Amino acid sequence: MSRRRHSDEGDAGSQPHKRRRTSEPIEIEDRLESLICRVGEKSTSSLESNLEGLAGVLEADLPNYKGKILRILCAVARLLPEKLTVYTTLVGLLNARNYNFGGEFVEAMIRQLKETLKSNLYSEALYLVRFLNDLVNCHVIAAPSMVAMFENFVSVTQEEDIPQVRSDWYVYAVLSSLPWVGKELYEKKDVEMDRLFNQIEGYLKYRQKTHVPMLQVWTAEKPHPQEEYLDCLWAQVQKLKKDRWQERHILRPYIAFDSVLCEALQHNLPPFTPPAHSDDAVYPMPHVVFRMFDYTDAPEGPVMPGSHSVERFVIEENLHCIIKSHWRERKTCAAQLLSYPGKNKIPLNYHIVEVIFGELFQLPSPPHIDVMYTALLIELCKLQPGSLPQVLAQATEMMYMRLDTMNTICIDRLINWFSHHLSNFQFRWSWDDWADCLTQDIEKPKPKFVKEVLEKCMRLSYHQRIVDIVPPSFSALIPANPVCSYKYEEETECPLPGLAMATTVSNAIKNRASNEEILIVLKDVPNPNQDDDDDEGDGFNPLKIEVFLQTLLHLAAKSFSHSFSALAKFHEVLKNLTDSDEGKLHILRVLYEFWRNHPQMISVLVDKLIRTQIVDCAAVANWIFSPEMAHDFTRFYVWEILHSTIRKMNKHVQKIQKELDEAKEKLEKQQNKKVEKQIFLTAETLLFKPHIREHKDDMEKNSEDEEGQLEEQIERLQEKVESAQSEQKNLFLVIFQRFIMLLTEHLVRCETSGVDINTTWYKNCIERLQQIFLMHHVIIQQYMGTLENLLFTAELDHHILAVYQQFCALQL
Amino acid sequence: MSIKLNALFSDSYVDISQYRDQHFKGNRYEQEKLLKQSCTLYVGNLSFYTTEEQVHELFSKSGDVKRIIIGLDKVKKTACGFCFVEYYTRADAENAMRFINGTRLDDRIIRTDWDAGFKEGRQFGRGKSGGQQHNTSVKTSRSPRAFSCFPS
Repeated sequence: MSRRRHSDEGDAGSQPHKRRRTSEPIEIEDRLESLICRVGEKSTSSLESNLEGLAGVLEADLPNYKGKILRILCAVARLLPEKLTVYTTLVGLLNARNYNFGGEFVEAMIRQLKETLKSNLYSEALYLVRFLNDLVNCHVIAAPSMVAMFENFVSVTQEEDIPQVRSDWYVYAVLSSLPWVGKELYEKKDVEMDRLFNQIEGYLKYRQKTHVPMLQVWTAEKPHPQEEYLDCLWAQVQKLKKDRWQERHILRPYIAFDSVLCEALQHNLPPFTPPAHSDDAVYPMPHVVFRMFDYTDAPEGPVMPGSHSVERFVIEENLHCIIKSHWRERKTCAAQLLSYPGKNKIPLNYHIVEVIFGELFQLPSPPHIDVMYTALLIELCKLQPGSLPQVLAQATEMMYMRLDTMNTICIDRLINWFSHHLSNFQFRWSWDDWADCLTQDIEKPKPKFVKEVLEKCMRLSYHQRIVDIVPPSFSALIPANPVCSYKYEEETECPLPGLAMATTVSNAIKNRASNEEILIVLKDVPNPNQDDDDDEGDGFNPLKIEVFLQTLLHLAAKSFSHSFSALAKFHEVLKNLTDSDEGKLHILRVLYEFWRNHPQMISVLVDKLIRTQIVDCAAVANWIFSPEMAHDFTRFYVWEILHSTIRKMNKHVQKIQKELDEAKEKLEKQQNKKVEKQIFLTAETLLFKPHIREHKDDMEKNSEDEEGQLEEQIERLQEKVESAQSEQKNLFLVIFQRFIMLLTEHLVRCETSGVDINTTWYKNCIERLQQIFLMHHVIIQQYMGTLENLLFTAELDHHILAVYQQFCALQL
Repeated sequence: MSIKLNALFSDSYVDISQYRDQHFKGNRYEQEKLLKQSCTLYVGNLSFYTTEEQVHELFSKSGDVKRIIIGLDKVKKTACGFCFVEYYTRADAENAMRFINGTRLDDRIIRTDWDAGFKEGRQFGRGKSGGQQHNTSVKTSRSPRAFSCFPS
């Protein structure tokens, strides 16, 4: 793909001479970038000859383009970790030809490493460390100086009062480089390396692992334990050490150049002190290694490397890096994954599927947006139609079998992925294979999963389609036909209170009544809650709400747009009816009653009600936890609504905060300008430019007015931010409080009747509580103090408190 | 430190296409500027039976949908195979271009493209008979908008 520089807007074709004169260096720089980025890709020549050729070209260009070449090489080291050894070989060749360049490169890399660490770019820093390590293999960096850097890294474990995630990262940086460089470092400095090993072992033994249960996709140890990432890597490195660092998976182009490279002079790494810990450092969160396949799963062909083999680690790292580099371009990403070097020796499709699901199910969140993984898997199926779909089906089957111990959040994501995937393949699936779920209680994970999948499939198609695609035996799991339930529909023997009013309101709306007119009509609705006379009739009147909303929704039931229009048109009436908290709660109840067969409609209407400020976020939270919703409490759509509500609240706070920051910036700029103006005015001009003296007073007054307005605006925004944050904190408090109440009730009931607490409902509920923490951890961290003082105190049942403690452990 | 390696990290699904709305009020430059900032997508090759609900479900996968306007036959006022999807943020619309464009809705491969912004009247097909320029329910392979460059 050629990247021609696009001329500026409106400049098309003009000044061609200028372009020609200045374009040459730019074109050469682009060319250099392209050459360097593309080396290692499919080519008619061998990788070795390409590297040799490129080294020659770059060496020749060093006199004129050294700076650019240095920057490009530093960038590929940071951004293309999957091609690590290709670029370290290239640097090795350049160093052999030009010792000074090698030295400058190493210096630039160290500078870059410091910057990435200071900027909280820990994954990039990791790639840089690995790159530096592989440069030892290419005779660019002397092994003893690398070991010295490692010693400084490991000494971070001795620092006091630091978060565990800090020392974790430095240990991880050492361990994760060893597959590449362990052999070389041990050959040169085995005593020092053994000492390091002992230190690391000691650290790993005593570090806290409270966070692990919260991050595991499955709670079961079988068939694959969900290991904490450092534990797994330690086991892999130990095995590698036992195998005397024999590692055959990593592609090492530098081996072919050994005779050239070993003639090169090496550089010593300057002593590197890890930057000190600061409060605004954000270290990577710990994670759990996702495994779903082992050597028994690939029926034929190459065997899958074991879970503690270093090959497994390297393959997974590289596949993750490829996705990280190419996630925006799904076709390229799929192609790059499938052309992984060394793919003939491993069951690549299985690795790819495992890595992709590992990312999709990663807790707290996947590295990329969920829908990307669906699109990527579809592209992979297109490129490997004879093999990948089968692996995917096998994976789906396996995950279905293990639903009983799968984390609820991951089940949600599985439901979304599977239904979306099916919708791209005519919903073809061997449902009969899952007939075992039909004999289970419908709340159990397997039938629940199937039910939720079918509901999502229906949203992407229509009810009859779902009836057609599943066997008749599955009818109990088919979602309800998404029709509305109008309570004032027919004349029955005992007409409902409000039936007559409903007809009146309906006619009024059909006759294009205004908001005021509707309110007048509604005044006549009796209030079943009130015994004494309420002259104004303005208090909370549930019947009024029911009559109006049921009728309105009924008239607008045709589509989302119709319903949105209706809500917009009668916004005034709705605001009037929901003036109180009870009113807000009741409107949600009525909405639910009317649309209970159409959860999707409920979701979009709740969203609209919040956005138009007819209900607030806390009302939605209270409604979800209300006894009326107990029946649907474990249904997926309810949690989608709650999390969507929390996100809206968060975005609202962010928006106002941004407005405040922008206003403050504006004021600062204004004040700076004022100072400049004053300097301008007082310096010479007062003496030499009398007309400015006249206008000086006006100018000063104008700028004062502007400043005054800005300051007022800032004050208002400040109040707005505080009020929004207060609302946000309150929302989380309400949610957590309700969870605690529900869970405590259950735990107490079980204890008093001697029943096991671990019911299906309990697992679901406690994992939903975990989900609140995980999905919104950044915001919740702001309110930890309040949460600990008010809610998550030592008096709480330890089952509930454990969730809170695991959450705290995520950033310790 | 931060050079971006333009040669490598393309984002081609998000690029604007060749299509320009002939009825757009303004010049090419203005239209392109709007397309590059837009949060609205044109969606084509829908089945005539595809509902707003289905569109909402699918496009919500890349972010919160602000509104959907189903394209109508100008004469019959029935769905005629296209719609507009507007997001609250550009980023969400970009993810739709990256991951929903070219996948299936209602068994048909749909095509999304940037739109300069919905204006009243644009929900009607501009074909001679009232539907789209080209009967998209028949042609499935080509993006119908490729032909809509030329005024009818």
